[in-house]
Parts: sequence; structure tokens; C-alpha cells
Amino acid sequence: MGGGGGNFMFLQLIISGLSFGSLYALIALAMVIIYKTSEVPNFGQGEMAMISTFVAYMLLVSYEHSFALSFLGALVFAAALGAFLEFVFLRRAKEPNILSLILITLGFQMMLYGLASWKWGAEQRDLPFPVSDFDTVSLGPAVLSYLNAATLLITLILMFFLFLFFRYTKVGIAMKATQQNAMAARINGIRTNRILSITWGMSSVIGAVAGMLLAPIATLDPNLMLDPLLKGFASAVLGGMTTLVGAALGGYMLGIIENLFGGYVSLEFKSVVAFGIIVLVLCFKPSGLFAKHYVRKV
Amino acid sequence: MDMKRDYYEDIQLLDSKVLWFWFMALIAFLILFPFLVPNYYVYMANYMAIHIIVTIGLNILVGYTGQISLGHAGFFALGAYFTVLSMTHLHLPFLLALLLAAFIAAFFGFVLGLPALRLEGPYLAIATLGFGMAITQVIGRWQVFGGRMGLETPPLTLFMYVLESDRQRYFLIVAIAFLMIMAARNLMKTKVGRAFIAIRDSDIAAETMGVNLVYYKTLAFAVSAFYAGVAGGLFAFLLGFINPSTFNFILSIYFLAFVIVGGLGSIFGSIMGGIVMTWLMLTLDKIQELPHIGTALVSFSKGWMSLTGLPNVSSIVFGLIIVLIVVFEPLGLYGFWIRTKIYWKTWPF
Repeated sequence: MGGGGGNFMFLQLIISGLSFGSLYALIALAMVIIYKTSEVPNFGQGEMAMISTFVAYMLLVSYEHSFALSFLGALVFAAALGAFLEFVFLRRAKEPNILSLILITLGFQMMLYGLASWKWGAEQRDLPFPVSDFDTVSLGPAVLSYLNAATLLITLILMFFLFLFFRYTKVGIAMKATQQNAMAARINGIRTNRILSITWGMSSVIGAVAGMLLAPIATLDPNLMLDPLLKGFASAVLGGMTTLVGAALGGYMLGIIENLFGGYVSLEFKSVVAFGIIVLVLCFKPSGLFAKHYVRKV
Repeated sequence: MDMKRDYYEDIQLLDSKVLWFWFMALIAFLILFPFLVPNYYVYMANYMAIHIIVTIGLNILVGYTGQISLGHAGFFALGAYFTVLSMTHLHLPFLLALLLAAFIAAFFGFVLGLPALRLEGPYLAIATLGFGMAITQVIGRWQVFGGRMGLETPPLTLFMYVLESDRQRYFLIVAIAFLMIMAARNLMKTKVGRAFIAIRDSDIAAETMGVNLVYYKTLAFAVSAFYAGVAGGLFAFLLGFINPSTFNFILSIYFLAFVIVGGLGSIFGSIMGGIVMTWLMLTLDKIQELPHIGTALVSFSKGWMSLTGLPNVSSIVFGLIIVLIVVFEPLGLYGFWIRTKIYWKTWPF
């Protein structure tokens, strides 16, 4: 019985870990897409998603639009916001190095956080979501709420579309070309600046989806994405900042590891363990688990 | 004047009589300052001195050695907590406690420097960030550190005198800040400082020139953490009360903002950055009390935003300043100062 109970708990922890992990994976994907083109980890990603989620909330509750319309409106807003930030600030930086780029995105983070806290205060709200967090489906011995199932499903669908996008569309291929070598891409007639804006818009949309899936589990306030952003970033680093597949796998891994640690060892130090693991992994694989290590030359 | 003819001229503290005069004037001003202004400004000056210490420490790491740290609030917290704890539990005198805490912070800096040997860019950023987060998490959960409730600082005694008011503490804090500034300035003119700069410019090239990367990179982290530790220890007594939420991720970003606004790789810039940004920070905290701007913002908040969220305007302003400085004046206030100086020196040519 004890063994059976243990197995059950193990399975349950893994499945709910996967659900959380898929949110991390989405944020990690959003960060990696930007990292590959702009070569900066975007610390503003979380707040971009948070503000987009608030826009969905406003459309839904204050203006009483339907859920689908609010969701779509928020995604459009997210795309515009991402492209706007890239166009107005990031592009203006002359001869940027990695440090100044990181600082610009930290600046975004502070601006957006301040703006959201000013507009909506520290009050906690609930984003009404059409999928229930209380009804459950059972997967073998383990149970999964509809919301978690929807999260898993939406994430997988989104990833599938991303795969199609990068493989079969012209913009996606142009994006990959810009990531590999911006100069060569420009010589071949790709407007790399425009591609950069599109990249930021797209990444912002992916982040916004993560935000809107997270809001019903957590409560909607300006701190919504603070912790998930760091976890998402951590997963991207864990998998490797230069591979999309690696980042997504990193997200799932982090979700599961964190959940198992919380279930078996200590719930209190659950969020510390993520960073401990990452520092350890980085000591042995400095570019993450799934990325090829790039050796720098003078 | 600007030409250095030998090494000893280069490392001189002050190279002309005029500078000596201004230097003495500055010291006289610093001594007289607390007697000339209301108490609030003395408090602000203490705040500035503490921020100058931590900014210089971070600048040694970021501006001079070229490593990034998003976890300096962690070292700041270590300094604050261990100063207080070694005074209450080990009954050490203040200066000894401060020194011990700073060395503990430096040790943790050394430990963080070890993974930094293999990491760079975003990977180093996440490692330092995780370190800062871990420190506050552990402190918040551990009963010795007072948990979430925090700790009260014991009375600050120095050689039998109890320093109670901000005015009395001013002399202690400013004297320590002064020493730390001088130490940093001198350190940068030694072999160690030159090794740091060589690592920043190209660590591989530095290594081929015989700079021991393991030694100097970890040393840079340790020195930087030492500065943050000292600043943290003083900060605990400035507030009189510390709890883990004071030392959050945002504080680490603020420290970076001080360095950037002041100017990367410049001690003088760090002093300017510390002063200007601390003033801005303390002023923006009470933004609704400002004349004209405050009332306008209050009525705007009532109409469009929320009144409770008004203090967050400071976050917007800070973010905007960081972005604008990085985009338009990458050398920060120091760069601005240099350009103005050259402009007036060569005027009207």
C-alpha cells in the first residue's frame, strides 16, 4: 500500500509539475526568441506579460466584452507593446554591449511595473477564466484540473505552431537567418530591423499567453510575473539560451524538479532549489544542458 | 598639468595646489554640513554615503572588472544581518562587528566568484540573481535572522559613546565612506586594479599576459562584496530595523542603476551617481508632497490611475532614467562631466 501510495504521489507531482513547467517553458521560449535575435535576456518579459494580462482583465471586466475577444485584444496589445519597446528604445542604443542591453530591459521592467502598480494599485483581482480550476480529469491514478489540462494543451499547440512558423513561413526563416548572422541576412535583402520588431512582438505574445494562463491560478496583481519570470529565465538557462527545444525542455524539467523537491524534501525552500540546481548545472555545462558550447576567441 | 611624467605623479592623490585647496574646502564642508541643515538632510546625507560605498563596490565589479551582478542586495543583506547579529549575540563592539560582517560578505563574494569563472553574460546574470534571491529566502525562513519579522538594531556605541541621532552617526558613516572611497581609488592604481581592467577589456588576452584569472576574478567579487557588506552594516543602523523584504531583487537593480547613471569604471562617477540617485529616490518617495507636480499627479491619479499606486511613479522615473542614460549617455554623469569640463577648458575654440 505504501509503495502504491508513493507511486501515486510521485505521478501526481510529476503531472502537476508538467503543468507548471509548461508555463515556465512558454516564458523561456519567449526569452530565447528574443535572446537569439537581440542577444539580451529580456528582463521586461514578465511585466510585458503582466500588463497584457491586465488589459485582458480590463476588456473582460470593465468593458464587459466576451472572453475570446478580450483574450485576442490582449494578444494584439502584447504584440504592439513588444514591437513598440524594441522600436522606441532598444534600437536607439549605439554600440550596445551585453551589460547595457540587460540594463535597458531592466529599465523596461521597472517602467512597466511602475505603470501597472500606478494604474491598478496593489489590489488583488481574479481573472475570470472560462475553464475551471476545481473540476478535474483523471489520468490513471493521478488527477488534473481542467485548467491545468488546458494549460498543458494550449502550450503544446502553441509550440507546434512555433515549430511550423520557424520551418515553413518566410518570416520565420528570415528570423532564423537574422539570428544566425544579422549582417549576412541584411546582405540577402532581409530588413533585419523589421524582423527585430516582429521578434519582440511575437515573444511578447507568447509571454502574454503564459500570463493569462497563470492569472487564474495565482491572483492578478502587479507582482504576478515576478517569480515566474525568474523561473522562466532559469529554465531557459538550464536548457540553453540558444535552443528553442532546449529552453522548452528546461521549463518542463524545472517544473517537475521543483514540484518533486516541494513534495518530498521541503516546501519552504522550493523556490531556492531552482537556482541551486541552475548554478550547479552551469558549473558543469556553462551554456546549458542542450546547447552546444560556443568557445570564444580573442 | 595633465601630463604625467613618471609613475609617482600618476598615483599622487592630488597633483596641484588648487586641488589641495578644494580638497580641504570639501573636508571643511563635510564637517560643517550637519550643523547647517535640518535633520532630514543629514539623514539623506547618511543615505547617500551608504549608497556611495555600495555603488563603488559594485562599480569595481561591473565597471572595472566587467562582470555583472544582479545579486548585490544579497551581500548588502549579509552585511546588515551579520553586523547586527554579531553585536547582539557575540557582543562585539560596532567596528569589529562591521568588519566581521564585511569579511563574511566578502567570503560569500568569493564563493559566488567561483562559478563566475566559467560563466558570462546572461548565464552569470542568472547565477548572481539566484544567489541574491537565495540569501533573502534563507534569511526570511531562518529564526536566527528574525524570519519575516526582521531584527531591531542594538544601540550604536563607539568607544563608549552612544550615537543616537542622525547627526552623530553622520560623522561615523561619512568617515567610513571617505576611507572606502580612498581605498578604492588607490586600489585601482595598483597591480590589482590594472589586472581587473585587463580582465574587463579581454579576459583571454589578460590571461595570456600572465593575469591569474582564478585569483583576480574571485578577488573582484570578494572586494565588491566587502564594500556591499560594509554599506549594509551601516544601512541597518540608518533604518534601525531590518527585514528580508528590504533586500529584494529591485534593490539590486537600483544599485546597478546607481553605477550606470554615475558612469561605469569611474570612482568619481559612482560618487555622483550615489548622490544624485539617492536624492531622486528619497524625493520621489514623497512625490505627492512636491509643489505643483505633486498636486497635478494627485488629480491625474484620481481621474485615470489609482491614488494608492502613486508612489510607484518613482519606479517609472527610475526605469526611464536607466534606459535614457544607457541609450544616450553610456558613460553616465561622469561622461557628461568630462565633456562639460573639456568644453569650458577649450572655450571659445
